[in-house]
Amino acid sequence: MRPARATRAGRTGHPFARYLIQRILTSLLLVVGVTLVTFTLTNLVPGDPVAAALGQHAAEDPAIVASFRAHYGVDQPLVVQYFTYLGNLVHGDLGESPTTHHPVLEDLQVAVPATLEIAIGAIVLSVIIGVVLGTLAAYRRGKVTDHVLRVVSLLGLSVPTFWLALVLYYVFFFKLHIAPGSGRLSAIYAAPPTVTGMTTVDALLAGQWDVFLDASAHLFLPVLVLTLYTVGLLTRFVRTAVLEILDMDYVRAARAKGLPGRTVVWSYVLRGASIPVLTIVGLAFGSLLSGTVLVESVFSWPGLGSYAFKAASNLDLPGIMGVGLVIGIIYLGTNLIVDLLYSVVDPRVRLA
Amino acid sequence: MMNTRIKRPRIHLGAWGAPLGIIGAVIALAWIVVAFLAPVIAPHDPLAQDLPRLQAPGGDTILGTDSLGRDVFSRLISGAGVTIPLALLLVVLSVLIGTILGSIAGFFGRWVDETIMRITDLVMAFPTVILAMVIAAALGASLLNAVYAALIVSWPSYARLTRGLVLGLRSSNYVVSGRLLGFSPWRSLWRDIAPNIIGPILVLASLDIGTAILLLSGLSFLGLGAKPPTAEWGSMVSDAIGNFDQWWLGVFPGLAILTVVVAFNFVGDALRDALDPKSATLRGGGPTL
Repeated sequence: MRPARATRAGRTGHPFARYLIQRILTSLLLVVGVTLVTFTLTNLVPGDPVAAALGQHAAEDPAIVASFRAHYGVDQPLVVQYFTYLGNLVHGDLGESPTTHHPVLEDLQVAVPATLEIAIGAIVLSVIIGVVLGTLAAYRRGKVTDHVLRVVSLLGLSVPTFWLALVLYYVFFFKLHIAPGSGRLSAIYAAPPTVTGMTTVDALLAGQWDVFLDASAHLFLPVLVLTLYTVGLLTRFVRTAVLEILDMDYVRAARAKGLPGRTVVWSYVLRGASIPVLTIVGLAFGSLLSGTVLVESVFSWPGLGSYAFKAASNLDLPGIMGVGLVIGIIYLGTNLIVDLLYSVVDPRVRLA
Repeated sequence: MMNTRIKRPRIHLGAWGAPLGIIGAVIALAWIVVAFLAPVIAPHDPLAQDLPRLQAPGGDTILGTDSLGRDVFSRLISGAGVTIPLALLLVVLSVLIGTILGSIAGFFGRWVDETIMRITDLVMAFPTVILAMVIAAALGASLLNAVYAALIVSWPSYARLTRGLVLGLRSSNYVVSGRLLGFSPWRSLWRDIAPNIIGPILVLASLDIGTAILLLSGLSFLGLGAKPPTAEWGSMVSDAIGNFDQWWLGVFPGLAILTVVVAFNFVGDALRDALDPKSATLRGGGPTL
């Protein structure tokens, strides 16, 4: 620890500021990499974006095709296109989507909060349930509880999300009529004034309780589907992490000196297991975003997954690039938060 | 030898000793047999539209018929023959590509390592389904293209895992002495390192079969995999969306996916307990759907 402190004093600037700058620089590189990959992928393929956007009929008219190409800049050489894109990007211009005919940035401002609303709901729920069940499984290692939890979490990992979403939709909406249909709000409600773009939060901010309740009800099934999967992942992992910690001398010492079980769990075991668990939570958030594509398509949720799907099926280059960019940013944001939490739960982890 | 340190007893159930693993292996094997015998044991032609439409299960057909008068049971069986072999192929190819690139990166280090690992970072930064979806859409909807797309997103976890394992072994005494004896790097990799890293890779691969099935059927569900007449589980579920009253159209293909994936995951989990008890192989290698 000492030498680290010495080097830190030797450099200028607050360690956190330096960490942040370093992170942002690497992030920029990754974002550029992401755009390059998406750009290459979408251009090196046999599909014809012009035909996909215009439909076969219009694509046979050379005049329409030429004006389309000029409008979206696809008449330029690829290298020029790419650097034009990067140049515009610096000005916050992500181009116009040939699918929706809106600026991609506007589309994303709707889609991203919609997805984050489900994803954040699901990750919070999953962490709570996963940590409790995983710890329980580790404490009851080899007993019936452990075996049952193992089967349950493996089942959770094995259910096809798109199918589960349909089954729940069928049961709760179609049969029992206790869940609202697809979408984010029932038709009778107007969307609350947009602040964050997340309907539930906006409704709360506007003080519209009925809208908040309706939005939460719509949120329930998509969140539930995503939670089941992530809980399976987290339970298995938390169990492993807690088992490792239970083997540690300091935990045995804490038990031996007669500390109450609750104190041992919270202050010793979970604290010690928190670093590996945080790592996996960060990764689980990524796989959760994956899951949203399929879940959103079932619940007609106008999020990033639906948008990515529409853009991909229409070979809508600006749309796909926009999605890639946002995902790069979410990925980096998640890593940043996880890194910051590391140093909160374990002060030995320094940000330098 | 005196050991005063009290250790919790570590239970090592052998891979095939763990009951769940056995159950999983039996179910998985049964499905594989079904997959290969599909053309023989299906009572009807899975593509023939010659039965009364939308019949409920029971009666002449075991699991009913769909909206085009095709036998759901026969389609389910031939669906096994479509998805399972492709998923196995996908995992084998991912393992091959991933382990080769990973061991090259780990063994040779320097810029080779940097290049390969930055590429894996880049691919792994993407949520797998979204990346696979974009690639599949770009290549054009077909099952084989879905496999290519899935391959591009799934090799990096093997590369990362292998690299880590190889790095750990590279400086071990027997590899170093091999180098001093003048063995070529390839001989070291193949004869000395490979046998020692195969366990964890096998565990990851077995857990990945389920992921592969979920990914392929998910892409088909989105319409980016199997084309319409093909009896593929994901597309069967998506075909069922218009017919909510005929619950059997969607429920059975979903259950088929669930049972296969759960079976392979049971096997993988038991293997992990046996071969790799302190595994940290969750991504490298977290399933993704």
